[in-house]
Amino acid sequence: MAKFKRDKHERVLTIRDLNISFKTNYGTVKAIRGVRLDLFQGETIAIVGESGSGKSVTVKTLMGILDSNGVIDSGSIIYTAKEKDGSVVEYDLVKMSQKDIRYKLCGKHIAMVFQDPMTSLDPTMTIGKQIMEPILEHESVSKKEAAERALQLIDEVGITDPEKTFKQYPHELSGGMRQRVVIAIALACDPDILICDEPTTALDVTIQAKILEKIKEIQMKKNISVIYITHDLGVVAKVADYVAVMYAGRIIEKGNINEVFYDPRHPYTWGLLSSMPDIDTNSKRLFAIPGSPPNLMEEVKGDAFAPRNPYALNIDYREEPPMYDVGGQHRVASWLCDPKAPKVDMPEELKERIDKMKKEANIQ
Amino acid sequence: MSEKKVLLHVENLKQHFKVSRRFTTKAVDGISFDIHEGETYGLVGESGSGKSTTGRSIIRLYEPTDGTIIFDGHDISGKLSPEDERYLRTNMQMIFQDPMACLNPRKKVKEIIAEGLEIHHICHTQAELDEKVNDVLDRVGLSREQATRFPHQFSGGQRQRVGIARALVMNPKLVIADECISALDVSIQAQVVNLMKDIQDEMGTTYLFIAHDLSMVKYISDRIGVMHLGHIVETGTTDEIFQNPIHPYTKSLLSAIPHPNPVVEKNRQAITYNKDEEGVIYENGHEHALSETHKVLATDEEFEKWMA
Repeated sequence: MAKFKRDKHERVLTIRDLNISFKTNYGTVKAIRGVRLDLFQGETIAIVGESGSGKSVTVKTLMGILDSNGVIDSGSIIYTAKEKDGSVVEYDLVKMSQKDIRYKLCGKHIAMVFQDPMTSLDPTMTIGKQIMEPILEHESVSKKEAAERALQLIDEVGITDPEKTFKQYPHELSGGMRQRVVIAIALACDPDILICDEPTTALDVTIQAKILEKIKEIQMKKNISVIYITHDLGVVAKVADYVAVMYAGRIIEKGNINEVFYDPRHPYTWGLLSSMPDIDTNSKRLFAIPGSPPNLMEEVKGDAFAPRNPYALNIDYREEPPMYDVGGQHRVASWLCDPKAPKVDMPEELKERIDKMKKEANIQ
Repeated sequence: MSEKKVLLHVENLKQHFKVSRRFTTKAVDGISFDIHEGETYGLVGESGSGKSTTGRSIIRLYEPTDGTIIFDGHDISGKLSPEDERYLRTNMQMIFQDPMACLNPRKKVKEIIAEGLEIHHICHTQAELDEKVNDVLDRVGLSREQATRFPHQFSGGQRQRVGIARALVMNPKLVIADECISALDVSIQAQVVNLMKDIQDEMGTTYLFIAHDLSMVKYISDRIGVMHLGHIVETGTTDEIFQNPIHPYTKSLLSAIPHPNPVVEKNRQAITYNKDEEGVIYENGHEHALSETHKVLATDEEFEKWMA
């Protein structure tokens, strides 16, 4: 199978040691704790995690739409833009003000598709007008030209009758069609990075597959990088080249998709993969990760996952594990990967399932 | 399966909503099914297929337009007699989709759970009531201290447990679970599904499990009905539906389930189903039985075509 090459020269986004906290009435919430992530041109990465794990906060920072009580404590986010004349410009999003990010980068360079297509469209404007809006805002083109491009975009996202849809209002369209329109708006100014925050959670499974295929097709054509935020591992398997699993504000496992899915190392990833219902297995009971995610209001001591982790070692309660390099692009933050740690295998059921998956995929 | 007692018998249930003088939405258009005692019947379909409406018509949140619903020997369609209404309200309960929206934010969890008991005067003393509430809290895995808290102090999974506790405290025969796990995280979904299964094993509760996620439905259901546009297009045991789907809509639903296997998933194409392109008109179809439990809605020609 063709693996995505991660070429250093093609890096579009570099996140280093990002720390974000929120000031609330009850104290400070440390939502992001030392996230490090790279995004390359044309690549698709998926950030997976439960609600409250910090995946949405990470991408909101990229868009300059962090909530007003959020503070970036430290770290850097470097976005490398290739301008139309061929020059390369680097922006540090941490140093820019939120307003600057929104004026200079949003829409034009980084665009986002939100979860709920109804709330992200303006109910009082026609579809065509909404797609033309970013084009007229960011580029000096005539209205006629913008309208032509809008029509073309509507066609591109797979809506059969562009002229008719152009004049319609959001409430006249079905959920799947609306999400296509949102994608068309995001793509209107040819962005380098497309962020999809749970793009299909509000949609039916049958439509979900179509939307994902469409995003993929457009991505291939335009060579844009896509960041998916999701908790659905099935979606991840379908679209992603690279996966980052987040838990309690940290990336606890990352690697290319095959490494993470066929050889997961972190107990939380084991739990996530085993709790996913699988239509092929016949076991009558689902594996469930016990407990619930930690409250980040309190200081996290040691590994945040330790209280829910049946494989937790003593050290897990005292010290936070570093990132271990386990070969390839695979990095895991778990003491189990330490050379001194006792050897712990993944649960038997998961092992069986992965073996079966490998067999289906014809790899050893 | 067939020797088991039928707990809920639904025949030709219709639920129409009059939108304007000219237009009526036929949300549910003549469906029939049986649910046996102690089993879980899964109802799946896309949004707008009428699966939630079915659940709500059965528990009589709506007035059904037509058809008969017989619940444990009581006819609960049409006008309800006071006895039948009381029987229905105490023996059939519902768990809702959004655990935040369905709990009264001004009431303590204990009050929320006890409300049904109080309304129907089931407990005669306060001590008896407290005992019942505490029992059900234990059963759903919440501690007794948590009973005096308010809903907003709980996480999503815990709130859904409160919703389940509220349904179970009445000791119902049938629980209608309407998309009760789709608002939860994956790891919490598994906890809640397991909890529902445990309760069923212990208390023999019957579930009508409404969901759009076929893979979860497979875990919990004994039998499945696939709904599309107000019709049950295919029904059968879980194995029959998953191993031998006949109706093209069922096939497309099955093929749309994402598999957590990257290499396979990347190359897999979902089967699309378009009712109008295929020229399927549900009104013309009638039930074809493949086995005692497996039934497909089709006309004779369609049935032959799909079986080929």
